[in-house]
Amino acid sequence: MNETTQDKKVPVIEGLIGKKVGMTQLFSDEGHVVPVTVLEAGPCVVMQKKTVDSDGYEAIKMALVEGTLPKRVSKPVAGEFKRREIAPEKRIREFRFAQGEGEAVKVGSEFGVNVFKVDERVDVIGVSKGLGFQGVVKRYNFRGGPASHGSMFHRRPGSIGASAAPSRVFKGMRAPGRMGGKRITARNLRVVRIDESRRLLIVKGAVPGAMGSYVVIRKSHFGSVSAKNRSGA
Amino acid sequence: MERIRAIEARDFKEGRDDFSPGDTVRVHVRVVEGEKERIQIFQGVVIARRRGHTRATFTVRKVSAGVGVERIFPLHAPVVHKIEVVRRGRVRRAKLYYLRERRGRAARIPEARTNR
Repeated sequence: MNETTQDKKVPVIEGLIGKKVGMTQLFSDEGHVVPVTVLEAGPCVVMQKKTVDSDGYEAIKMALVEGTLPKRVSKPVAGEFKRREIAPEKRIREFRFAQGEGEAVKVGSEFGVNVFKVDERVDVIGVSKGLGFQGVVKRYNFRGGPASHGSMFHRRPGSIGASAAPSRVFKGMRAPGRMGGKRITARNLRVVRIDESRRLLIVKGAVPGAMGSYVVIRKSHFGSVSAKNRSGA
Repeated sequence: MERIRAIEARDFKEGRDDFSPGDTVRVHVRVVEGEKERIQIFQGVVIARRRGHTRATFTVRKVSAGVGVERIFPLHAPVVHKIEVVRRGRVRRAKLYYLRERRGRAARIPEARTNR
């Protein structure tokens, strides 16, 4: 990918599909320790453009290029790729565009980590680790009871409803159940470093999911810093 | 994992780990005071080392004005300017936390006989 032509061609790509590589820590210029997550981002190939005329809104559909075996892609999805003469891939995701901005983007073009800039704010969306059926102490940080001194109330939720009134349990009462394995957005993370040759994006803080799990990285929808960056870019 | 190592490589400083628990070291610490930066020296006994590539740390203990002082330094931190080994100590365990309960003569560590 040629950097200069890309800068001209693409003012704003909303985000990329990627993978969580793992966490480590780095030293900042001031010498502070910064906890970071390493993400592998892209390359993503554009497989479809949606416009106001065709779909009522502006967006691009992109697929993560990772050399998926053709037989691992379901036939209906493979057909979409075949029609556009792109190698079939499994991870597909749509990103919205501000109106008119998508004009320069062509079906079949690829985008990598360089759509992001250092110090930019991003949101990382992933599926959190599934923790199974958990009690109320782990799941909702209830305090539980004393461990000893004859206490027989250890990790129980306690009273969940009152007496005669209302004589029922309110909807949404926090109770034990399945924890994790949900789509979670880590908001407004700062891009600390970008390694273009290794396609790595290093972001401050933690990101949902296990190592190797898929994530969506997009320019942040939250926080004032991101808004400034977006209009300035 | 290799990719994480590659990211850490920039912070990793070679040849910083030529000391062990029991050694007495002089740690040259960069201190920023307003505009100026100067070097402060913290001298004491290494009582613990934690491994982990760029995340490695070591703990130095000294007794200052009768009060025990321990500092934990990240081994590869930029604030750690230099680590000088003053004396090699002979000890029989990796973590010397027992020194915290000892004072004076009891807290001595014999010098290592062989030159490493």
